[in-house]
Amino acid sequence: MAFAHAGTATVSKPGRAGKRIPYLLLLPGLLWLLLFFILPLINLAETSTKTPIAGGETGAYEQTFRLQNYVDAFSENSAQFSRSFIYALLSTLLALTISYPLAYAIAFKSGKYKNILLVLVIAPFFTSFLLRTIAWKQILGAEGPVISVLRSLHLIGADTSITATALAVVTGMTYNFLPFMTLPIYASLERIDPRLMEASGDLYANGLTTFRRVTFPLSMPGVVAGTLLTFIPAAGDYVNAQILGNPTTKMIGNVIDSRFFRIVDYPTAAALSFTLMAAILILVTVYIRRAGTDELV
Amino acid sequence: MANHPDAAKTGDLKLSSLTKRFADFLAVDNLDLVIPKGSFFALLGPSGCGKTTTLRMIAGLEEPTSGKIYLGDTDLTDTKSYRRPVNTVFQNYALFPHLTIFENVAFGLRRRGIKDVKEPVEKVLALVELAHLRDRKPTQLSGGQQQRIAVARAIVNRPALLLLDEPLGALDLKLRRQMQIELKWIQTEVGITFVHVTHDQEEAMTMADTIAVMNEGRIEQLGSPADLYENPKTAFVANFLGQSNFIKGTLESTSGADQFVNLQGTRIVIPAARNSSTHKSLLVGIRPEKFRIHNVGDTTTGNKLEGGIVTDISFVGVSTQYQVEMPWKQELMIFEQNDGGAPNLRKGDAVTLSWEPHFTFALDGDEDVTSGLSGADAE
Repeated sequence: MAFAHAGTATVSKPGRAGKRIPYLLLLPGLLWLLLFFILPLINLAETSTKTPIAGGETGAYEQTFRLQNYVDAFSENSAQFSRSFIYALLSTLLALTISYPLAYAIAFKSGKYKNILLVLVIAPFFTSFLLRTIAWKQILGAEGPVISVLRSLHLIGADTSITATALAVVTGMTYNFLPFMTLPIYASLERIDPRLMEASGDLYANGLTTFRRVTFPLSMPGVVAGTLLTFIPAAGDYVNAQILGNPTTKMIGNVIDSRFFRIVDYPTAAALSFTLMAAILILVTVYIRRAGTDELV
Repeated sequence: MANHPDAAKTGDLKLSSLTKRFADFLAVDNLDLVIPKGSFFALLGPSGCGKTTTLRMIAGLEEPTSGKIYLGDTDLTDTKSYRRPVNTVFQNYALFPHLTIFENVAFGLRRRGIKDVKEPVEKVLALVELAHLRDRKPTQLSGGQQQRIAVARAIVNRPALLLLDEPLGALDLKLRRQMQIELKWIQTEVGITFVHVTHDQEEAMTMADTIAVMNEGRIEQLGSPADLYENPKTAFVANFLGQSNFIKGTLESTSGADQFVNLQGTRIVIPAARNSSTHKSLLVGIRPEKFRIHNVGDTTTGNKLEGGIVTDISFVGVSTQYQVEMPWKQELMIFEQNDGGAPNLRKGDAVTLSWEPHFTFALDGDEDVTSGLSGADAE
């Protein structure tokens, strides 16, 4: 009676299976991370200290543990690094400026149109990131509507163009990451108990003061999440700079892309990737510390 | 700062023809009310009776459809909520989760541009006996502590008027009893007018000097707790505050201060002052604890009803509850103190009931005897 025996065994040790459930639930995610994040990362770390084999073919490297690769990679591309962070910062600020009022309006003023507006915010995701960015090239291009309107208003000269400028890259990134900013801010605004705003008004705070002292501080978790979700991908982005930029607007993502796929300089590309990752990690840590929202999240 | 409440804006609160209509629902119906300065006033009624809407209009959180709100001689009707010398203790406290207890309490003072907030905040925290929690966040406090902070946050501003919206609703019974006593004590201590909204008749009776019983957007009756209990003017009030036996009767004659009523064939006397009806057909009310229960043939005083049969007895410690079926097939409820005064009875025994005439109240015969019953059951 093996069946009956197994049954008694389970009953006699209550809680054993229960304790294992959380780990079982974590398992698929952990395996996924291990296979597609940790292992490639180790591989990347290993690649980053390799050097070309003397007299070997292009793309043939051997492990020499050359840490100087990092110094070289950074010093050769410091301009692109700082440009990446400046562009990412600008588009994050621009996205925040656009998203906060939008999220506020959806959360508090939209009434029955709330769901429609939320769908509109995520609607761009229904088409490919690449296609949308190419579409922007058309919109901002020489024959596009933006240029013709600005020209007819005599705001720009006949030979001024917007594509292939830093402005185009930053607006493109702002547009592409806007939903990542809007949705977290909306979520945290929506969660605020409206009675807190009433209480603030009851305690002598006018609308503006209520926003400054109650609504905005309580929406900080959303602002922090939104700015991170915008800043991090923006700092590593290369599609916008590729399609909407010119050689002087190259970001670090473009450099990594060309080192990997065009020049086949794997060690430099790997070293750049790691440097970028470290830089983002440090910035994000400092930012979260400064924002001090851990209690609210 | 411009929004400093004017200290002169004080005095009695006066609501004049106050009306609030939501789409197709009349929440508050032409309400006239004066709440004297310094009183502890309760708006009592079942949910949906308009009491909370009335409170929100006084706070400035809801705009009246018509009517006026005065504090002393000042018309507050169109004053923004943040400019009114009125503070509210919200139903679920609405403490700011991102601020410490100290900053929560200091919030109103800081908004009024008061520089030195330390002293008043610490004083009020001491008053509610929670000074040691000043650096905590609201989520780290128990329900009772949050409630006291909500009161502290409001009274630290020394408003002319403190509004309490079901302030004890979220607390358990024991804590609620304790907070009732504390709130009453705080009110005496600070001398601010308290307007308290509740659906709990016991809470209103324990704390308030004056109670306005509200029903369907109107005030049914206004008076002291004892007055409302002893001399209700409508079946709704009688049922909402405590329990009542209603017996149909007919007014026969009036002789001076006394009126004689034919109560299902028995002639009884009631003081004319306790008859709020002008009709012949009456609904005579007697509270269960006012009845005395006797063996048939015992001598009685006051009014007397004969021919009752005990159908149920339940012993509840301090008292015993009897159900007695009368000859006209109505079940009456009687509470007797367990002080040895009542006879030893069993189910099926024949009994006589008596009560003092001045414990009777008479209403219009067409009053709905079930009115207010569901509200009383809510708690």
